Amino acid sequence: MSQIIGIDVGGTFTDLVLLDTEAGTVRLAKAATTPGNQACGVLHALTEGDAELASVDLIVHGTTTTTNAVLERKLSKTGLITTAGFRDVLELGRRTRPNPYGMKGQFRPLIPRDLRLEVQERMDAAGEVVLPLAEADVRAAAQALLAEGCEAVVIHFLHAYANPAHEQRAGEIVRDIWPNAFVTMGHALLAESREYERGVTAAVNASVQPLLERYISRLTSELKDQGYKGDVLVVNGNGGVVSANLVAREAAKTVMSGPASGVIAAAYTGRAAGAPNLITYDMGGTSTDVALIRDAEPAVSSEIEVEYALPIHVPMVDVRTVGAGGGSIAHVNAAGLLEVGPESAGADPGPVCYGRGGALSTISDANMLLGRLDPAKLKSVEGGVSLDDVHTIFDEKLGAPLGLSAVEAAAAVIRIANAKMAGAIRMVSISLGADPRDFALFAFGGAGPMHAAALARELGVPTVLMPARPGITNALGCALADLRHDFVRTLNQPLDALDETAVAEVFQVQIAEGEALLDRETVELVERRHIHSVDMQFVGQSHILRVPLDGPSPSRQNLRERFEAAYMARFKIALDEIRPKLVNINTSVIGVRPPLDLSLLIDPAGRQATVADARTGSRPVFFDTDWVETPVYARERLPIDAAFNGPAIVEQMDTTIVIEPGDRVTGDTQGNLIIHVGAGQ
Amino acid sequence: MMLDPITLTVIQNGLQQVCDEMDLAFSRAAFSPIIAEADDRSDGIYAAEDGALIAQGAGGLPVFVGTMQYSTRVLIERIAEGLTAAPEPGDMYCVNDPYLGGTHLMDVRFARPVYRNGEIFCWLSNTGHWPDIGGSVPGGFSASATAVEQEGLRLPPVKLFKRGQIDQEIFQIICSNIRVADQRIGDIKAQAAALDLGEERLCAMLDRYGDDTVQAAIAELRSRAATQMRTLIQEIPDGDYQSVAWVDSDGVVNEPLAIRLNIAKAGDHMTFDFAGSSPPCQGPMNSVLATTLSSVYLAVRHLFPEAPISAGAFEPLTIIRPEGTFLDAQYPRPVSGCAAEVSQRIAEAVFAALVEALPHRATAAPAGTSGNFALGGNDPTSGRSYVMYQLTGGGYGGSADGDGLSNGCSTIGISKAQPVEILEQNYPVLFRRYALHEGSGGAGEFRGGFGLDYEVELRRGDARASFVMDHGRFGPQGATGGQDGGPNKITVWRDGVAHVPEHLSKEQDIPLKAGDRVRVQTPGGGGYGDPKTRSADAVAEDVRLGRYTADEAAALFGDMES
Repeated sequence: MSQIIGIDVGGTFTDLVLLDTEAGTVRLAKAATTPGNQACGVLHALTEGDAELASVDLIVHGTTTTTNAVLERKLSKTGLITTAGFRDVLELGRRTRPNPYGMKGQFRPLIPRDLRLEVQERMDAAGEVVLPLAEADVRAAAQALLAEGCEAVVIHFLHAYANPAHEQRAGEIVRDIWPNAFVTMGHALLAESREYERGVTAAVNASVQPLLERYISRLTSELKDQGYKGDVLVVNGNGGVVSANLVAREAAKTVMSGPASGVIAAAYTGRAAGAPNLITYDMGGTSTDVALIRDAEPAVSSEIEVEYALPIHVPMVDVRTVGAGGGSIAHVNAAGLLEVGPESAGADPGPVCYGRGGALSTISDANMLLGRLDPAKLKSVEGGVSLDDVHTIFDEKLGAPLGLSAVEAAAAVIRIANAKMAGAIRMVSISLGADPRDFALFAFGGAGPMHAAALARELGVPTVLMPARPGITNALGCALADLRHDFVRTLNQPLDALDETAVAEVFQVQIAEGEALLDRETVELVERRHIHSVDMQFVGQSHILRVPLDGPSPSRQNLRERFEAAYMARFKIALDEIRPKLVNINTSVIGVRPPLDLSLLIDPAGRQATVADARTGSRPVFFDTDWVETPVYARERLPIDAAFNGPAIVEQMDTTIVIEPGDRVTGDTQGNLIIHVGAGQ
Repeated sequence: MMLDPITLTVIQNGLQQVCDEMDLAFSRAAFSPIIAEADDRSDGIYAAEDGALIAQGAGGLPVFVGTMQYSTRVLIERIAEGLTAAPEPGDMYCVNDPYLGGTHLMDVRFARPVYRNGEIFCWLSNTGHWPDIGGSVPGGFSASATAVEQEGLRLPPVKLFKRGQIDQEIFQIICSNIRVADQRIGDIKAQAAALDLGEERLCAMLDRYGDDTVQAAIAELRSRAATQMRTLIQEIPDGDYQSVAWVDSDGVVNEPLAIRLNIAKAGDHMTFDFAGSSPPCQGPMNSVLATTLSSVYLAVRHLFPEAPISAGAFEPLTIIRPEGTFLDAQYPRPVSGCAAEVSQRIAEAVFAALVEALPHRATAAPAGTSGNFALGGNDPTSGRSYVMYQLTGGGYGGSADGDGLSNGCSTIGISKAQPVEILEQNYPVLFRRYALHEGSGGAGEFRGGFGLDYEVELRRGDARASFVMDHGRFGPQGATGGQDGGPNKITVWRDGVAHVPEHLSKEQDIPLKAGDRVRVQTPGGGGYGDPKTRSADAVAEDVRLGRYTADEAAALFGDMES
């Protein structure tokens, strides 16, 4: 396999990376994202990248088609068939409000009330039939939904995780009538208790299935028309990929795939660089995403909410949005204090320095005023904004009320934004039982590398890893991701009454299902891996803790020891007095793809012999309290073993890196730059 | 010391971070679902001299917004008066006395001093809702208690930890007086560990910025928070704003209790006067002063969420002590309904008074009841005794900005409801219905949200059902011409015969046997604005989706064209 393409659709741009392992080259390209049909942007990016589709072996694609459909509620018309008495579960939710304070809020259920139909049937929590399935009701309901014009349907019965017989029988009946394959059964995607979460997950799946199917089939046929003969893989929120022909089956898993691919690239890069424990820090235009990677494995959660009251409970890379992005607006509040965010200027009009009519002071503008971003670039914007304009706005909006100069105000904006982001990153790591000082910071996204060193200092993190291509990390993650299928099954048994054989059997079933799915893929694999874990809790608790296992046939004793160790590690408390319980059994079946050489990401031909030769000039940059004339380097010209001290600015096509005074930078063989905080005195 | 505004902001964020980390540590490590999942807890930092609130976690339960500063103040006063033993480093006090700056007995507060150079720099305190505190009913919510002794174990401030070690004698007294005591150690460890973490983080911050700088910043931030609140309340035109909110009954005497509120707004100041409210009641619907004050603060914060949680933000708000009313109950009045029910009715009075003055911030009344249904019995299959709690929400009020949310959580809470599937796993019950309470949204140009309508059947054994709810007699009030939301309804079916509690929303120990059923329909939110002006499309949509019948809609909103 020699030519692999990763394509990621972002909010503004569609990024492409083409890795030619035979020729030892990498090509990058970008095109504007086309929101209506993302395939146009994808095809433009392929054209921009001069990809010869006939000789490309594999295309891996990250798409936000389903994400946008859910957030904008532009969904396929979908019906629900559910247990009598429970059709409103999808609208009632878990009795919440959007914010702790403020008694307002709106919530739009995914399936409107008139398309939620009830049938007589009932299981109890033990999976025993209380009321048999009224099959005629199911048939009538399906016909009614078809008559209403539904394209997809969800069958969601109470306690189907414990006994799916009614859902399966109803599924057969509906499939007989239903004109397409868009029939989702609640237990099939998620065999876990909690009727709202399971129901919403199924409803998301059904209502984006037809959209994803159409999008992918149109894209693959257009690629075929252009001579492409290989398979298209699509990225899932779990950080793995699946074949295009399988992806719609579990379409809900693609909804949170956007941020996952960047974390996959980070884990891959960290593993290759000998930095397996990372906090990823992805700062874009409107927000910052953070994730934790331990032993080169991203933290995974099955409890992610896409937005208020919209949980998707399938295993996904645990990416948390922590607030400020480059477009976050700084203002002075009624207490006379500077606040950064949460409002954002977004992409349009965006920061003042975009020249699209933005007139509010943002983080990006502060970076521009302080010389971190190249002020010369202002000349190229359409609206003809000058540095003076930015200066004036900072003077008026922030400097005057705070009694500071425009530049001091800009420095304050950066200081406060960094302190807040550092606090948010701490909260994420603590909530996952981790001390940030035990990790390296992996900075990416267009704005991440500008703030990372300061954040690391604030957090006590000793090193920052700057990958070769911070701005296209997501596209790279597409190209690197392995195939992955996850399985969860609820067991709910106290440990002292646990049937060890039954547990082992569930694991074997999960392995067999995963292997069968891998057998259907045509992609080259070098290894197949199985990851097993259980979710446990103490009897009487409602929150669960994931406990990793070393094999698929754990003994009770082994489970107890691992749970106690995991509980102690996470919560710093031992509760010997109380009985543990096994809640869920989990397996991930992974098909490992051949390794790729990351050092190609920056063309070795451009590398100069010395750091001095990589220098392109200098400019004044404001650090701490004063201006410092700061050398500027071109990333692609730096020698691979570069080593130098801050202050410095490193510029590259996809980002700008700020190295603060007192820090030291070294290059590694993978083309990464490592910032050693405080080591450049 | 003059501090620049940037250092101030950094220190403000730093103090907030310490509190948020304590909240997180407490929830993550707590054993009980009510803390671990429902976040029924709060953590904060309080002034050394008078307990004034310096900062409190953003994710704390809203009803605790003002309480810990009073309990900390009382603790400081008692230490000064020699009523409580003086602290030493590593000591941690434990207190739940409602009359000493508390709420109900189940809310147990821990407090520890933070020492710097041998002096107390500040206090850290947190509150956790324990699942049981003894008393006549499991869980503590008795609808018919007439004295606080029936509600559970009452602790004055005592040192549960001495120099970092738990006092086994006090711990055993506690364990001997509460149910399921073996699980309590899990919560106590978590509650103490959160304050330990807070001290560590706060001291790291003091080391970094200097004690004097942080002390000066705290003082400056307090005065700036007051300025911010003064600026915000200037949105309200000067004048007197009145309202009345009604509690159905106290659970013992079947008479409504009135909360009468006059808010005098003048310039940058507001005065809250509850004169004329009902006198203290026999049953547990009394409020203690700290809870009454906190309820006003939490209501104001619902209106102005951008204001920080700090003593400074409360400065422009004067609350006249409602002496002689049920909002300032004294020992031994029972108080178990204060935090869950009366607090929400106080908040409703604040919203109702200000909804016309603040049309884009206030709403018509929300459901405003915690909907506490407790089912206690013995499961013959497992042989185990159990108590199941079902806490419910209801519709929120309509506002100038739109319809109210359906099935939102209580005004004073932020927790999620338990899934039906989890309840059925743990208790011998089967839900027959879990649905929108149709027709319950108060009519208005912008209607209220809808409540919940559930029906649950006892499958095995005998049990007793108890209810502490409200808004059964009166629905949540509408605003500016909108109608009241649908009231709370309880129906208990025994041997196929319907029983409605005499107090409508409260009754204790109704005996049930297998096959009997309980149905609860929770309140809808109040409507906002004249229902006749609601858009025809919106009414048609509500009818199409079965939220109202066509007849109901015609009666409520008037005949629609076409």
